[in-house]
Amino acid sequence: MNAGYLVLVGALLAGPAASADAVQQMLNEYRQQGVTTMSAQAGRELWERKFPKPGSGQLRSCTICHGDRPENPGKHARTGKLIEPMAASVNSKRFSDPRKIRKWFKRNCKWTLGRECSAQEQADILVFLSS
Amino acid sequence: MNIARKLLVTTGALLMAGIAACDHEEHESREESSYKSFTRLDVAPVNNPQYREECGSCHFAYQPGLLPERSWQKMMSQLEDHFGENAELDEQARAAITDYLVKNAAEHSDYKRSRKILSSLDKDETPLRISETRYFVRKHHEVPKSMVQGNPEVRSFSACATCHVNADKGYYDEHEIRIPGYGKWDD
Repeated sequence: MNAGYLVLVGALLAGPAASADAVQQMLNEYRQQGVTTMSAQAGRELWERKFPKPGSGQLRSCTICHGDRPENPGKHARTGKLIEPMAASVNSKRFSDPRKIRKWFKRNCKWTLGRECSAQEQADILVFLSS
Repeated sequence: MNIARKLLVTTGALLMAGIAACDHEEHESREESSYKSFTRLDVAPVNNPQYREECGSCHFAYQPGLLPERSWQKMMSQLEDHFGENAELDEQARAAITDYLVKNAAEHSDYKRSRKILSSLDKDETPLRISETRYFVRKHHEVPKSMVQGNPEVRSFSACATCHVNADKGYYDEHEIRIPGYGKWDD
């Protein structure tokens, strides 16, 4: 067994563990902000909910770029760039870094809902996508 | 020679050429013919992982040498409204990426397309879209709308790599163009 192989095995073992750690860290942050219950079902409903963009007649939702099913890849509504699946069950690279989770929630909630998401909303979405 | 070794040797040679080219840029006059003997790249490729990650997640990671410093500075100061999208970054990332873009902007590049884009601009012009620079417009004016805006697989001139198949590596040569639904570009 050579060193390269060991590194590869190490990376594979570290992958899911790191991801679960990041999710737990974020969920703990949400609990500290007063969230008591988290629900994948509420997350799914939020994922699918359509939010009117004021003054444009446009409806926005997570699904516009990510698609209806988070297990499938999506496509950036503006640029057409491929977006890898959001579901951690099929994409182990998701939710491995708390910084990234915060950044994308901030950006994408502002685009979709016209405001930042509450801790409750983030918790539900994260539980939905990482379950 | 196995493939891995061949790759190593080639990469090494390219690196050497790159170093030689940089050296050349700094210490000698900017003469196109001698520069061309080092490389046929059109623009310096992106070599900043943070830029690639933060900006390239949503769109093609445009090489910094495709716009002047002032354009990147303006763009990076208004990320909350980035062509109608929110592209906010935390301050640390914003500063680091701005620094990369500015230091590698067209003014600091000797690559062919960087020089041509720059010289097509007036001093007081601060384009935010590469596709609005006079050089870009001149190079694309023959392309019918049906191939780009009217082409559902392309949609916009902003998706460089959709047609310039090697754009990500810094190649924009007209012989390396495939337009989805139309095939090889032939003018």
